[in-house]
Amino acid sequence: MNRSRETVRVQDGSINIARRDLLKGAAALLVAVSIPPAAMLTTREAAARVVTRTLNPAQLDTWLAVASDGGITAYWGKMDMGQGVDTAIAQIIAEELDVDVDRVAIISGDSALCPDQGGASGSTGVNRSGAAFRAAAAEARLALFEKASKQLALPVDALDAADGVVFVKAERARSVSYAELVSDHMFNTPINWNGRYGNSLALTTRAKPKDPKDYRIVGTSVPRKDLPGKILATTEYLHDVNVPGMLHGRMVRPPAAGAHVKQVDKASVESISGVRIVVHNDFVGVVAPSEWDAIRAARQLDVSWDESDAGFPTTSVDLFDWIRSATPARSLTELDDGDVETALNAASKRLTAEYEWPFQSHARMAPAAAVADVRDGEAVVWTDSQKPYDTGSGAKRLLETPINGRRIGGGEYSVRSIWMPGPGSYGRSDAGDGAMDAVVLSAAVGAPVRMQWMRNEGHAWDPKGPASVISCRAGFDDSGDVSAYHFHIKGFSRSDQNSRENQPGEVLAGHLLGHESTPEWTMQTPAESYRFANKRYTWDALAPLRKNASPLRTAHFRDPYGPEVHFASESFIDELAYANAVDPLEFRLRYVGDERDAAVLRAAAELAGWQKRTAPGRKRDSRGNYIGTGIACAQRNGSVNAVVAEVEVNPASGRIWVRRMFVGADHGLIVNPFTLDRVIEGNLLQATSRTLFEEVIFDRKMVRITDWLSYPILESLDAPLEIRINKINRPELDSRGAGEPTTRVTPPAIANAFFDATGVRLRRVPFTRERVKAALSGIQ
Amino acid sequence: MDKTMTLMVDGIEHTITADPTMPLLYALRNQIGKKGPKFGCGLAQCGACTVLHDGTAIRSCVMPVAAVTGNVRTLDGLGSADNPHPLQQAFIDEQAGQCEYCISGWIMTAAALLEKNPQRTDDEIREALAGLKCRCGTHMSILRAIRSAAKAMAS
Repeated sequence: MNRSRETVRVQDGSINIARRDLLKGAAALLVAVSIPPAAMLTTREAAARVVTRTLNPAQLDTWLAVASDGGITAYWGKMDMGQGVDTAIAQIIAEELDVDVDRVAIISGDSALCPDQGGASGSTGVNRSGAAFRAAAAEARLALFEKASKQLALPVDALDAADGVVFVKAERARSVSYAELVSDHMFNTPINWNGRYGNSLALTTRAKPKDPKDYRIVGTSVPRKDLPGKILATTEYLHDVNVPGMLHGRMVRPPAAGAHVKQVDKASVESISGVRIVVHNDFVGVVAPSEWDAIRAARQLDVSWDESDAGFPTTSVDLFDWIRSATPARSLTELDDGDVETALNAASKRLTAEYEWPFQSHARMAPAAAVADVRDGEAVVWTDSQKPYDTGSGAKRLLETPINGRRIGGGEYSVRSIWMPGPGSYGRSDAGDGAMDAVVLSAAVGAPVRMQWMRNEGHAWDPKGPASVISCRAGFDDSGDVSAYHFHIKGFSRSDQNSRENQPGEVLAGHLLGHESTPEWTMQTPAESYRFANKRYTWDALAPLRKNASPLRTAHFRDPYGPEVHFASESFIDELAYANAVDPLEFRLRYVGDERDAAVLRAAAELAGWQKRTAPGRKRDSRGNYIGTGIACAQRNGSVNAVVAEVEVNPASGRIWVRRMFVGADHGLIVNPFTLDRVIEGNLLQATSRTLFEEVIFDRKMVRITDWLSYPILESLDAPLEIRINKINRPELDSRGAGEPTTRVTPPAIANAFFDATGVRLRRVPFTRERVKAALSGIQ
Repeated sequence: MDKTMTLMVDGIEHTITADPTMPLLYALRNQIGKKGPKFGCGLAQCGACTVLHDGTAIRSCVMPVAAVTGNVRTLDGLGSADNPHPLQQAFIDEQAGQCEYCISGWIMTAAALLEKNPQRTDDEIREALAGLKCRCGTHMSILRAIRSAAKAMAS
């Protein structure tokens, strides 16, 4: 398909309601087909009006609308963060409704227009909201058939539909279009809703959805609808929002974690025109009419800080020893099959190993940004947060909850939150915190404020993935079978901050204003099906190194705890295999309990041309580089993946290059094979980056990663030569999430490949050049 | 002290008034209304702000407006929906990228490279792109798209 010869349709899933020219439908740009009248108003007016769209999930009109030209609009309470999930939703709707997929437009994540389906969360986009729209679209089709049946005076089963037209099976010319059937573009039809919001929202239909064997659209590689506009630079991102009277905000951060404001010298920014300073407790920000002036003012503002209580009890250098000796805040036994201790004591051979994983940063392509317009009891927040509904409710609570006897908003608020695209987000990133900063500034100055964090804030102050030490112990019986296995993880919770920014205690601005942080103790253990007779999983969660306003506060970061846990567990499985001179693939296949796990292992191994081995190969090429391959496998919420990584290790430089990756992937029913490949590739490369390069460096005072030099990530020269993916389609299952699962199998695959290449085990991430050289120095 | 300056951007002359030390990026986005170049780091480390200045890829986030003497080309001006640049066409066909926030860096750097000479080896392409960041990890599809565009531009 040659897209340059046809009108390129730009799918802009966002609505910038201050940009009327966009909505007039310029030239080759086609925005969402049926934009409700409310969206065409200016921000101010739209925010002030009573919302005209009724959001009642029990009504079909809440979910789907038919325009006068027959175009379908879906109101989606999740958003696509770049993986093409919105395209998958459009495919599902088009399939059920018998329309061309290009006729389906998606409006996302606007709290005034779309019901809360949980935002982008838990890799549930296709699985949960896809199921909801499958039901809604099937219900809509039935409603259209019932109306057509009355109009054509024929029973429903005498009718069929194609291309948005209901026709008589026996007499094709007798037909009526969807647009003609739905008066005022309204179905006025109820749909079964389970009464729950968020990820758990479910709809069921009286109608019978299509049989997967009849699918013509689901399962095909429909191109992403959002891409052309982004590549042609016509799509409006969050960062392009521009509302009348908008000012620019920047934050001023302390030089040490948890430092308190002593004094702010307002005269230090007098020379910059129009600057206003906002100080609430430890929250310090500046606002100016020009963005450059706001940047300069934030740099120039003279603030003195009290650092007497600031900092951390340890550093990134001593972190793991600190973890080992710290008293847990909470401990849990997640699994306890049989009697591991007795079996270990009776074992003929025992093996133990410890693994270490550091704090890591989301390190988004751009740091947090948001626009907030907080005035007269109403607020509109434009955000690229994954949880815009929680951004809205969080903003409301932040404005209304008194601190030091005062409400920062001065009263009660109704809040509308509007999601717009931003840089990739991988969990609870800094987006929500940036939105709250904008809200506080806007409330203070009584004007819309566009907030942008600077690069150092994006690295130092964003929520982090947690650090941990993992101890594995296993025992073999006389016949060489694994008779006991104990996996224990000790480290920081993965949710010092909730995945939802809906409480003052859950956002950085809240802490700076004086609200108390409310950490939760959650950790994780391996997701696999190995059948060991005696098996125990335990964890110890530690209190955060600093409770409030901490640059080390943890929150969900892509596959929360997945890579940490499986780096250890799948490295250890490898160690168990080699301990008895068993090929690691054969070892896994021997113990794996689920057939789906075995299938992806075989698929990855076959793609890779897996060579059976019972000891590390230590192959060297003509340039003196070590070459090796390693395998790893893990489940995640009903998905299962296996990866074979091939690495080249340069002993002189310590560089590891992951040259090839081979994947066996099972995500249930595949909606779009092409975008599935792409999301897997993204997982693999980001996880490779985390394994080879990423560690949050901090000292007793502060986090010291501030830019891409101090926190390097994977670049073009590190990209593999080749990635090949064997996707196993299982249409008898529902669609399983793909946004995260291949993250967790990547670090162990690389570690296992390194072992095959060199005979040396790397048990601490990241595998920096220094660590590699040190590890290899013994064998040179 | 603000100065009035003219900037030649995507074939159009713009007159702006700004602090001469202000980075070009803010003029492009806030005064001229470009969407392609984006703020990623403000430190010339990531490339999200990349534009061409007389055919050379530069980081507009650190280039002061007063230092802009030549023709600036942005991703916005590189091509249009009716007439996309071969690189844009290749990126669309390959569906390269995920969030696309970084894409100006990759496309404009590749444009500078390939417009000088589209016959490039894979190693030359990777070298030219060194330093650019893509946090979503879409390097494979980006490299495929650039290779495909190079072939199209060489023929």
